[in-house]
Amino acid sequence: MPEGTVNQGIGASVRRKEDKRFLIGKGNYTDDINRAGQLHVYFLRSPVAFADIVSINKQKAEKASGVAAILTGEDVAADGLGGPICGWVPTNKDGSAPSEPPHPILANGRVRYVGDHVAAVFAETLDQAMSAAELIDVTYSEMPAITDLKTAIDSTQIHDGMENNTYFDWELGDEAATNDAFDKAATIVNVDIRNNRVIPNAMEPRAAVADYNTGDGRYTLFTTSQNPQLTRLVIGAFMLNIPESKFRVVAPDVGGGFGSKIYVYPEEAVCVWASKKLGRAVKWTADRTQAFLGDAHGRDHISEVKLALDKNNRITGLRVDTLANLGAYLSAFAMVTPTYLHGTLLSGVYDIPAIYTNVKGICTNTVNVDAYRGAGRPEATYLLERTMDVAAKQVGMDPAEFRRLNFIPKDAFPYQTAVALQYDVGDYEPLLDRAMAMIDYANFESRRAKSAKNGKCRGIGISTYIEACGIAPSAVVGALGGRVGLYESAVVRVDPTGTISVLTGTHSHGQGHDTTFAQIVCDKLGVGIETVEIVHGDSDRTPFGMGTYGSRSLAVGGTAISKALDKVIAKGKIIAAHMLEAADADIEFKDGKFTVMGTDREKSFGEIALSAYVPHNFPHDRLEPGLEETSFYDPLNFTYPSGTHIAEVEIDPATGVVELVDWVCCDDFGNLINPMVVEGQVHGGIAQGVGQALYEEAAYNDNGQLLSASYMDYCMPRADHFPSLKVENLVTACTHNDLGVKGCGEAGAIASPPAVINAVVDALSPLGVTDITMPATPQKVWQAIQAAQTKAAE
Amino acid sequence: MQTITMKVNGVSTSCDVPDNTLLVSFLRETMGLTGTHIGCDTSQCGACVVHVNGKSTKSCTILAAQLEGAEVTTIEGIANGDELHPMQQAFHENHGLQCGFCTPGMVMSAIELVEKNKNLSEREIREGLEGNICRCTGYHNIVKSVQDAAGKMGG
Repeated sequence: MPEGTVNQGIGASVRRKEDKRFLIGKGNYTDDINRAGQLHVYFLRSPVAFADIVSINKQKAEKASGVAAILTGEDVAADGLGGPICGWVPTNKDGSAPSEPPHPILANGRVRYVGDHVAAVFAETLDQAMSAAELIDVTYSEMPAITDLKTAIDSTQIHDGMENNTYFDWELGDEAATNDAFDKAATIVNVDIRNNRVIPNAMEPRAAVADYNTGDGRYTLFTTSQNPQLTRLVIGAFMLNIPESKFRVVAPDVGGGFGSKIYVYPEEAVCVWASKKLGRAVKWTADRTQAFLGDAHGRDHISEVKLALDKNNRITGLRVDTLANLGAYLSAFAMVTPTYLHGTLLSGVYDIPAIYTNVKGICTNTVNVDAYRGAGRPEATYLLERTMDVAAKQVGMDPAEFRRLNFIPKDAFPYQTAVALQYDVGDYEPLLDRAMAMIDYANFESRRAKSAKNGKCRGIGISTYIEACGIAPSAVVGALGGRVGLYESAVVRVDPTGTISVLTGTHSHGQGHDTTFAQIVCDKLGVGIETVEIVHGDSDRTPFGMGTYGSRSLAVGGTAISKALDKVIAKGKIIAAHMLEAADADIEFKDGKFTVMGTDREKSFGEIALSAYVPHNFPHDRLEPGLEETSFYDPLNFTYPSGTHIAEVEIDPATGVVELVDWVCCDDFGNLINPMVVEGQVHGGIAQGVGQALYEEAAYNDNGQLLSASYMDYCMPRADHFPSLKVENLVTACTHNDLGVKGCGEAGAIASPPAVINAVVDALSPLGVTDITMPATPQKVWQAIQAAQTKAAE
Repeated sequence: MQTITMKVNGVSTSCDVPDNTLLVSFLRETMGLTGTHIGCDTSQCGACVVHVNGKSTKSCTILAAQLEGAEVTTIEGIANGDELHPMQQAFHENHGLQCGFCTPGMVMSAIELVEKNKNLSEREIREGLEGNICRCTGYHNIVKSVQDAAGKMGG
């Protein structure tokens, strides 16, 4: 970096370039977009969970004011449209393929969850469409709803031909070796785990605006997507049969995703389909109720966990049997989330020689469940970290020291786990030590005693997590049933005047890529951040790429940018050699200048850029004009962020209210591009995990009605639920990407739920409480206390 | 349908509005002020907060037709030309926003909070923002932003 300049490169907490437009009300979200002559569509949704549709009478509704058309499943079938598809499909343990029942974009003859799309009503205004929808007369023949995971297997088939309501029955690990570990164990720990169902709740509800141009035969779709290129591929190739070149998909500013905006949803496809069929642009925006009923939910597992310990309290085996509720239909990552993104994480940060897991993916009359911030890894971490606490208590060890005893040692990397992954690097003890120091773990008991004097129960809870992110090496993914590669793309386009556009296949919906990706450019090219623009989210402008999820954007997309920048520098050197009449090998690039080594002869980056586009004397046999380079980067391995989070809670036993009083964490995300942005990601992840642990629950009743379908009933974490969060980092650099980065987007949500529940159980353990399920609401905590005290009195 | 006259961001405007038009729809669709967002349908999330006669108001919970003679200020109306309002600047400096969707409502709520009490404690800020939901930030940097702005707004 030249002297006297402000560091805008890697490692600087540069304030975000994207902030201003959001702060002055000039963001451009999908619902802000309108097209001339657009119709509004409202979806009539099923009010019942499981029924055959006997008849749909839409005659009265069609005559209502402003109505242009009403489309149903019959129209979808007549036009031969496909449904959303699965992107990654595991193999059953008997070697057979899993069940993938069809998912019609408008229900055809049968509805399978409350909220299933029955009819699409198109009208001049949204009010007219909604009013007309009320005039549609649908006769349902109801069947008993299937919502319970444990009994679903023995219930009526939700999809014809799918036995036992089971999408798949999958296993991983060495069952014989694991059984052997249990046969020889000195201690066996049994824990039943329930991972509650939650709803992602990005603050921007999903929306779509589709427009078909009869002149050039091109479709344009503006949509709330984390991966517009995948949306184009799936809708174009699998649902509506539109050539990709005739289909532009734009995900403009997107107000949060957290996984829920990965998938292609029926509404988007209906808008695109109808825009041609009706000859009018079509707009749809979900209200929050539709978001609750229609967005893919997250988590919802029941697991039986068994841990084997030897006489020295070292873990020798782990067995996990899981039922995963996937809801009524499958979406893009529904099957991989509870399998390859879950089973492979069961070793955690621990040296466990034998692991076996069986996961059954179950169909119920609920909305589909798919990846939600962390996707499988929070579920694995929760069951493992809860089990570690139960085990420590069972053998009489401090939970921190029991973890430390079982950590994979620093010198064991690369470490091959018993569940397929090979961790490249990590160092877990310093993370634990630092977090314990941050929260003054040593003096916790005095704080507990002080709280007790005030009639409160104080508890502390540790979570030492790992995640596999930077998704993902295509060869590995392919071998494990992936139907896509998971590389990422970048184009670095240097303009004649030296400004730079980076076109990326990732998408930013809060992560700050406009800034952090620009910092990589500043760092490598020595240019100011104001000269760099990051372009994402428009299939007409960006190269094909896989989008943003799985903490992949920096580790995979950022590395692609880095590699494209290397190519720009390499070409710049050849141009400089030509201009300076030197050999290519004699040119070095540093601080934004190309210099003949050992001399003061140099050309600035701007001069090289201009020359590239004004190539009056280029030797065209060895040097093409222009300065624009592309990279498609396929990662060599997953990346493995890790860390320790510690929560401290205080509980009022009279009311059951849990107050989070302190939070510390020390994470290892590898090298940091922008520490400020990383901290922000950690804060948000913690809040979502705390929400799951204390407040949030997608509650269905026995009839399959979603009881928590508004913010009046679904408790979102609010500002006054949190203390100030203390976030620190240590670094072991990733060994297999150029930037040494690992990813940070999901860590908080992965680490935090077990830290909270471990703290709650610790607080209540003096009262005899040994377990509590998420969310630990005041009612549940109070009941647990009463139950424990009743038991103690018996 | 009613004819109403109100000032929006300092500019007087007069137009016919249907009786059932919410202020938020009027702002977004009639005035083209799309900075004010709709995040829920139960007046819980606070993404639509604007100032009506200087008071924080959820614009999804009031009809445009009720606002004859009112002064309405939205997120588009608080900067002084290119100079951001101290609250906007503080959100930028303290990374108080991520996806930006809740931000306009959060900023408008925070301004009124600080204007009413420039010596807010952290707890008072957290409780004062209870009507605004953010899914990205964990509120940590929003609270920092409000503390920072309070100092600059004369606290």
